[in-house]
Amino acid sequence: MSFITRGFTGRSRERDDRLPPGQTLVHDFPVLSAGPTPEVDTADWEFTIRTEHGGRRWSWDEFMQLEIEDVTTDIHCVTHWSKLGTNWRGVSLDTLFAEVETEYDYVMAHSYGGYTTNVPLEELLGGRAWVAFEFDGEPLDPEHGGPARLLVPHLYFWKSAKWVRGLELMPTDDPGFWEQNGYHLHGDPWKEERYW
Amino acid sequence: MQHFDGNLLAGPLAEVFAFDPTTARARCNGCGAVAELATALVYRSGAGSVARCRGCGAVLLSLVEGDGRRFVNFTGTGAIEITTAGRDDA
Ligand SMILES: [Zn+2]
Repeated sequence: MSFITRGFTGRSRERDDRLPPGQTLVHDFPVLSAGPTPEVDTADWEFTIRTEHGGRRWSWDEFMQLEIEDVTTDIHCVTHWSKLGTNWRGVSLDTLFAEVETEYDYVMAHSYGGYTTNVPLEELLGGRAWVAFEFDGEPLDPEHGGPARLLVPHLYFWKSAKWVRGLELMPTDDPGFWEQNGYHLHGDPWKEERYW
Repeated sequence: MQHFDGNLLAGPLAEVFAFDPTTARARCNGCGAVAELATALVYRSGAGSVARCRGCGAVLLSLVEGDGRRFVNFTGTGAIEITTAGRDDA
């Protein structure tokens, strides 16, 4: 796979300190996925947060009325590629959770197509996670997770669930899809939390 | 009830896990179809490979390979029928 080595700077040059250990830079954006790409029309799209008390639901139009943020961030894939300074637009999860009450500490993200991934609630708050619907100034392609994907750039990119449709609050940190199948429950690239 | 440790299975499982996955047949936990694994639809994500039932699209198994490690999860299959070449138990 050529993208593994592309962008490798060699030993003679200083390593970019934005790169976590074991990562190399890429300039393209590899698209590969664990299933067929779901076709979700924004007219049918909805986003829900489910809690022990019920929850909250937004249609696409309601979602677009929320405060929208521009985000520039580095992303790190567990397969050793990183991409620096990527540009996204989306709604901060702080904005969404401002309307939600829960005592639970963990979140399972659910996607159209059935994918799941788990993240502690604390790590979705504090300006560290978004539901993103634009990449590089364009609506997010279905291949990249459109209409909307989760963006949790401080964790490995499998946590940034494509085609996200909702968050389910949980009392315990249950594993999502890849976390059941070999990947680390948490996934911090700076600690190289790749596998069990 | 007396029980034994997993080493007891070493012999038979080593034989079973050496199976030819193209001829092995598995039952889909999603729809109940029994089909050769070779007929599954395989998707390759950056994180790993996923084989899905051709009939209903449910995940049959996942395979994660990286950093010299491998993880396989037959999460969506029931029994797997393995044809052992050159053997006749009848
Ligand atoms: Zn099936």
